[in-house]
Amino acid sequence: MLRILQAGFATLMMAFLILPIVAILPLAFTDSVFLNYPIESYSLRWIQELGQSAQWSASIVNSLIIGSGATVLSVVLGTLAALALRGSAIPFPDVVRTIFLLPMVVPAVVLGVGLQISLARMGLSSTYLGVIVAHTVLCVPFVIVSVSTALQGIDRTTERAAASLGAPPATVFRRVTLPLAMPGVVTGAVFAFATSLDEVVLTLFVAGPNQRTLARQMFSSIRENISPAVAAAALLLILGTLLLAGLAAFLRRRPAGAPA
Amino acid sequence: MSGVFANARLRAALLILPLALFLGVFFIWPLWTMVAVSVHNDAIGGALPQTSVAIGQWDGEGMPEAAVRDALVADLRDTPRSVLGGAVRVLNSQVSGFRTLMSRTAEAAQDAAPGDRLDLLSVDERWGEPRFWRAIQLSVAPYTDRNLLAALDLERNADGDVVAAPEATSANRLIIWRTFAIAGTITALCALIGLPYAMLAAALSGWKRNLMLLAVLLPLWTSLLVRTAAWFILLQNEGLINGALMWLGLTDGPLPLIFNRLGVVIAMTHVLLPFMVLPIYSVVAAIPKNLMPAAASMGATPFAAFRRILLPLSLPGLLAGSLLVFMVAIGYYITPALIGGPNDQMISSIIAFYALQTANWGMAGALGLILLAITTVLYLVYSRLSRASAPTGL
Repeated sequence: MLRILQAGFATLMMAFLILPIVAILPLAFTDSVFLNYPIESYSLRWIQELGQSAQWSASIVNSLIIGSGATVLSVVLGTLAALALRGSAIPFPDVVRTIFLLPMVVPAVVLGVGLQISLARMGLSSTYLGVIVAHTVLCVPFVIVSVSTALQGIDRTTERAAASLGAPPATVFRRVTLPLAMPGVVTGAVFAFATSLDEVVLTLFVAGPNQRTLARQMFSSIRENISPAVAAAALLLILGTLLLAGLAAFLRRRPAGAPA
Repeated sequence: MSGVFANARLRAALLILPLALFLGVFFIWPLWTMVAVSVHNDAIGGALPQTSVAIGQWDGEGMPEAAVRDALVADLRDTPRSVLGGAVRVLNSQVSGFRTLMSRTAEAAQDAAPGDRLDLLSVDERWGEPRFWRAIQLSVAPYTDRNLLAALDLERNADGDVVAAPEATSANRLIIWRTFAIAGTITALCALIGLPYAMLAAALSGWKRNLMLLAVLLPLWTSLLVRTAAWFILLQNEGLINGALMWLGLTDGPLPLIFNRLGVVIAMTHVLLPFMVLPIYSVVAAIPKNLMPAAASMGATPFAAFRRILLPLSLPGLLAGSLLVFMVAIGYYITPALIGGPNDQMISSIIAFYALQTANWGMAGALGLILLAITTVLYLVYSRLSRASAPTGL
């Protein structure tokens, strides 16, 4: 009896967790203008809409521009910081790490208000650079966490061995540390890109009409006139995330030390 | 040797510097700016510059000197009406009647011939009452707690005491309590579902455990907007849930599931459930497997063993998960904004309203400061409890 109850509860909850996401995907292929079941006839019109409508296609391009910018910036800054946080050279490493991870915790609306005011004072409001730095603030913690994890897994004797063989620190870093940490860097980059892709609140506060991202476009489309284009965009986002997750998993499985 | 250490220190400092600078400029400074804006006071100082300087000398007893009165007349003559409007609104909120008083005086000041000395008492005898002057004096200070008090539905009366704001002028306290109520409901629901779910997953092994964990991780990896859009589509009147209920004959018409509290709670529970399950799972999975058989061998019934052993040992995970869910929930904006009705908007929504729609950054900053303070306290407790480096269980 208990067994059946347990199995029933687990199944029900798994359905609650997964079915909502699965349920909207077929609607991306509806021929109707309504987001309803049953789907009477299928077509690709809403997928095409994403590419043809100026608003949707511009938002996809913007997401790619801003996502790439935020990824590059956060990977560079986060990897350098993660390298510094390894070892004991920084005083109070735990405190420093906590401060670096704070952007994950601060409510997005709070940071949004602050960034809206201070980016405006810097003349960066409604610019691509402004949106990119805003997203980078949120992306950096993910890079620090994943690169730090990868660095912890490195046997430091390999680096000492390289140094004892006469390699200068820069060479040790380039030929030993970085290749070994590469899976962590790539994972961090994937997380950073996914975070930027999904970010809405900061974008609402700091972006102008020209920096409207896909997530922002989905947000206002749900709010104003929801159409199956939202389901098509959701499908696109899910496929994109799966692609990124697959890329990360593939790179993580590579034997450590393989040339990156 | 010390040279090597100094070298390593320098290198680490150089590596950390770019991010420290970046977060200083684009994270710490913006938060500081928000706090500063909420306590900054320029509505009066900017509109009445000469009065601000002159009234600083006044001791607040009796009537201000002639210099102060002349400065006010000069300010009213020189300041454009549009700038004056904001100042008058602030003053009127402190002492009612200021609006008519100021507009009458400004008109007289602008009509007066240049060089003529305007007698304020003859324009309006209210200028003979010190409380109007005191309101101006109180308002010219460069910093004010007006926004912070207003964020809690408080204000200062003419004597400078903190009192409750008149009812119906603002509903901030209501919205703060509502935020706590919604976040609390969601936390309780997540705990109710998450605890047994995580325990079940930890008790299983092999593919069954992996399947249960995958079911938690999959939504976590899915875009938040996709999840919110999914619930929007499922909960609407013609949506799958109402369709299924009507097809089963359980209801005649569509149940109101969207644009109300029920919809917000369902959707946010779905979004935040992984934050509850993962911390509990990591605690429960670390409990030695032989504890429960050991308890049974000592004669404990399964229920007693659960209540006396498994439950107490998993409490740290439950506490960490609850703190995390509550902390994330009180700052939520997107899901209530899209799924909730006007009576389900949380504190984030009014912050966004003040900042994006009315450009009232003082109020947005004050409410933001309150939200930031609550979140920070919760995070400090959480990190003390879990000692985890990453709050999302990454």
